[in-house]
Amino acid sequence: MLINYVPILIFTVVAIGLVAVIVVLSELLGKKKHFPSKDMPYECGMDPIGDARHRYTVRFYVIAMFFIVFDIEAIFFFPWAVVFKSLGWFGFWEMLVFIGIISVGLVYVWGKGALEWE
Amino acid sequence: MTFTIPSFHLSSIGPWLTLTVTAILILVLDALSPKGRKVCFSWLALAGLAVAAFQTIGLWGSTGTDFARMVYIDDFANFFYLIFILGAALTVLISRQYLEDYGKNMGEYYALIIFATVGMMLMAAGSHLIMIFLGLEIMSIAVYVLAGLFREDLRSNEAALKYLILGSFSSAFLLFGMAMLYGASGGTLFLNDLPLRLGADPAMAPLVLLGVGLLIVGFGFKVAAAPFHMWTPDVYEGAPTSVTAFMAVAVKAAAFAAFARVFFLAFPAIKVDWNMVLWVLAVATMTIGNVAAISQTNIKRMLAYSSIAHAGYLLMAMVAANQLGAMSLLYYLLAYTLMNLGAFGVVILVGRKKDSYLNIYDYSGLGAAHPVLAASMALFMFALAGIPPTAGFVGKFYIFSAAIQAGYIWLAIIGVMNSLVSVFYYLRITVLMYMKPAEADLGPVVFSPALTAVVALTAAGVLAIGIFPGCLYNLAMNAVKIFPGL
Repeated sequence: MLINYVPILIFTVVAIGLVAVIVVLSELLGKKKHFPSKDMPYECGMDPIGDARHRYTVRFYVIAMFFIVFDIEAIFFFPWAVVFKSLGWFGFWEMLVFIGIISVGLVYVWGKGALEWE
Repeated sequence: MTFTIPSFHLSSIGPWLTLTVTAILILVLDALSPKGRKVCFSWLALAGLAVAAFQTIGLWGSTGTDFARMVYIDDFANFFYLIFILGAALTVLISRQYLEDYGKNMGEYYALIIFATVGMMLMAAGSHLIMIFLGLEIMSIAVYVLAGLFREDLRSNEAALKYLILGSFSSAFLLFGMAMLYGASGGTLFLNDLPLRLGADPAMAPLVLLGVGLLIVGFGFKVAAAPFHMWTPDVYEGAPTSVTAFMAVAVKAAAFAAFARVFFLAFPAIKVDWNMVLWVLAVATMTIGNVAAISQTNIKRMLAYSSIAHAGYLLMAMVAANQLGAMSLLYYLLAYTLMNLGAFGVVILVGRKKDSYLNIYDYSGLGAAHPVLAASMALFMFALAGIPPTAGFVGKFYIFSAAIQAGYIWLAIIGVMNSLVSVFYYLRITVLMYMKPAEADLGPVVFSPALTAVVALTAAGVLAIGIFPGCLYNLAMNAVKIFPGL
């Protein structure tokens, strides 16, 4: 049974080998010329402004978490929509419960004032 | 594509539904109530827990599975439901005054406690490894947040972060172990199917062992077994005291529920292999917990190490892997819930405003100043040390007899010696309370009704199930009949 996994082993060896070859070859053959504008961090082709280690306001995190919640809700909607008919009314009510629980989350953050951006 | 939805009965997960609705209700009420208005979330939480307890008692005696075999309905799960509900209810009772002192008496706290309880129930009743993992995550995420409840307190932050990072690691171990078993069994994670499928192909034996080993790491972390116990003292010390109490009893009970169910149901055939590992873990856990507890001067840290030591005793019951061992697991976890929550209730009372007095020397002279409080603390310490006629003694008696019955004489001897070591630091508190004068005037102890009730109830409970263990023994013995392999 373990013999079935030999392709995976071969694949792993090839992958590691290929990466090693590429890295070693470019290290050996590549030119190493440094000049200031080459060593600069790439920032959309512009000269970088300031340090990348900014402190962001914590509100971004709340918005991000919020986004993830509704993102995942949407992901669950698609398979549900595909089999909507065969699931019937039961699937409909079940989904309504799911949306209801997520809405409670919305009501909660809203009530707590997380959406206000003074 | 057509799907048939399997038939199910919502009543078989009644307690979960009640608690989920309660927690959601608390969240909504908390968000909608105008600022500064007091809503009695603790009463709401207690009401939800009481209804869930009634539903559990209604389920008592029924057996089978539901929701396409995903959920077990049996007395093993019901027994643990009651332990979790008891733990959560007592935690809610000890929290209110304590949180108000910190200005943190928020709805979220109670909602999270209840969500965590729902997760624990999933762990106790899950019949599929993924269900158990889901329950573990629901419980853990709620508890991570609870540990960091005091946002302004650095130690609480540290506790939450440590617990989150290490906890995620342990979850990953657990999940990886499940993946190994999934591969080894040829694609099933139902606990009922695993024993047959795992034995089918001898070539898969290494994969099975790897999977079981990873499961031991994952569960060992949650029950705070050495060498996966490093997080325990820091997290228990930094977290709010009421949360520490909850973590020490309910989280541990939930982890042991899943641990026992998975190992006793799915892996009895390879008992030889995991038994020795657990033997070593049990001895290491007991010894490290008890020896490290001796040098602690912070009462919360001391109780943290004591909880590690108790995880060691409970692992002994797992090693024994017989009917008596499984029974003693149930009995001891209930007894431990009572005695530990009682002890933490006293810690909150003596800690006074904002945990000002957590040093063990702050207990000096308590016997003269507050005789009843000191007496109940002494009772809890005696119970934790395992001295008759308390529940702790009976629980240890069952565990040690189970180990001897299974032929692990040396394990029992090491256990008894560890108990002797533990007597030192438990009795030190008693000696301080009764035989040393108070070092300084620490101010009055504020006896809030709920806290007083918890201490009184748990003290009575520790004595009651210690003196009359027969009824519980029968209940637990019936509950563990579900393990045919033992």
